[in-house]
Amino acid sequence: MTKNLVLIDHDGSKVAKSAAELATFAKRAGSAVGVLLTNSGTGDSLAAQLNGTDFERVIVVENDEINRHGIAAGTSALAQIIEKEGAESVLISSSARGKEIAGRLAVRIKSGIITDAVDVTADLGTTQSVFGGSFTVKAKLKTPVSIITVRPSSIEPATSTSNPTVEKVTVTIDAKDKLVEISASQPPVKGGRPDLTEAKIVVSGGRGTNGNFAEVEAFADLVGGAVGASRAATDAGWYPHTHQVGQTGKTVSPQLYVACGISGAIQHRAGMQTSKTIVAINKDPEAPIFDLADFGVVGDLFAVLPQAREAIKSKRS
Amino acid sequence: MVAGRLDRESVDAVLNDLDEYAIEEALRIVEPLNEGKETPEHTITLISMGPERATEAIRKGLSMGADSGILVSDAALQGSDAISTAKVLAKTIQSGGFDLVFCGTESTDARMSVVPAMLAEILGWAQLTFAGSVKVDITSNQVEIARMTDSGVENMSAKFPCVVSVIEKINEPRYPSFKGIMAAKKKPIENKSLSDLGLASSELSAWSEVVDAQPRPPREKGLKLEDSGEGGAKLADYLLEKRLV
Repeated sequence: MTKNLVLIDHDGSKVAKSAAELATFAKRAGSAVGVLLTNSGTGDSLAAQLNGTDFERVIVVENDEINRHGIAAGTSALAQIIEKEGAESVLISSSARGKEIAGRLAVRIKSGIITDAVDVTADLGTTQSVFGGSFTVKAKLKTPVSIITVRPSSIEPATSTSNPTVEKVTVTIDAKDKLVEISASQPPVKGGRPDLTEAKIVVSGGRGTNGNFAEVEAFADLVGGAVGASRAATDAGWYPHTHQVGQTGKTVSPQLYVACGISGAIQHRAGMQTSKTIVAINKDPEAPIFDLADFGVVGDLFAVLPQAREAIKSKRS
Repeated sequence: MVAGRLDRESVDAVLNDLDEYAIEEALRIVEPLNEGKETPEHTITLISMGPERATEAIRKGLSMGADSGILVSDAALQGSDAISTAKVLAKTIQSGGFDLVFCGTESTDARMSVVPAMLAEILGWAQLTFAGSVKVDITSNQVEIARMTDSGVENMSAKFPCVVSVIEKINEPRYPSFKGIMAAKKKPIENKSLSDLGLASSELSAWSEVVDAQPRPPREKGLKLEDSGEGGAKLADYLLEKRLV
């Protein structure tokens, strides 16, 4: 049984889905205490969103300097809580910010770090999927504190009938952690669709769309999925780079991945081959994506997708 | 597989795609500042850590227009983790009197993406990472970036010295010209070992231990059918039957 902290990811008003997932991993190993770093006056409403999760306690740090000075300030705050709590592990979501805080923290408190785990066991052993999903690695840290970043959607979070207690704590941010000044921030432009890395279903389009993503989007919307794109599609300017799935883009591991008009170059496979079920639609029967697919249709996505959509709609009703 | 770590030997030492964006961005900042100067006032040094064959990667960066290179190679560095990599790079940077360090955001092999943040932490420099744009004001020693991540865009600034990491879409890296390739052959590449840097290999012990590594089992052969008019309907049946949608 270890004392585990979870850094809670949020956007200032909404707690990320990853928080409850990490609480469930933490509880496997021992205690689950959340750390919420946020601006003054926002702690209570954020902490309330953690009711019914596996957290037994939430430490709220309301300090405007953390958002103003970025990663170094966040690292400092978290390091102070770890020391105060005598924590043995810190679980952090594998977002850009999460991984950077984890990295700086590892250097600062001289702890080992494992990034992008997809599973954490009761003895804080981790499973990672490396080299683009072609290898599975189990590893353990040897330092007194284990810093582990975990990919979103790696576990179905448990629910609890009790609510965590909330504790407010203050921290001091030194000048050396205020070298960066953040002058403005804009939230990401969100459509109505789920985030690519968090989604249970991802529908992706490639060269075969010829730049027309309407059918890909319509299918994604019907099944509540996110929209992805191959590098060929994003390089051609057909879809934003932020939606690129692959080695230089996002790595996704959804329950269902639907590849539409994507040949399945190694670059792309590296970003999606750990998906639970893979469906491929491609005109070319020799496309390498079919080697991965649990279900493949050799055909035109502009015929197959609308027909599948109509069939799902009629069977559902 | 070598005991306790993953063998990266089979991966070619090529200039990491993402590093080319970093080199390109550094060139775009330095070139206008050196314009019309007999001897360049501002220089770019490429620093890499890896086996001897990484020299070729450095040479490519030199042919793009960088001035010199430093390659840290040491048998003790084989299989080093992100923290060790950051420590070695930091030590190399400290020996050079640099103002700015540019990195790619993510190594395409180990996908750690934390090395720039670790570098900033070790050096005690300002961390300006995931930059989608960079502006450097040489008179005030001020760097401004737009940090672009899944959480949105943040405008941030800091004074020299800074660690800057750039994202892929920041620029279009140039192809080395013939003249650049010829010039690169005469540019110096310094080879350093750990002892040259004053680092003992004991300072770089890995803190994690690989317990087990297995190739992912190949996926079982799935169903594949030709669409002869009802491919979509069959796809729908499959998804509904498996309760996937």
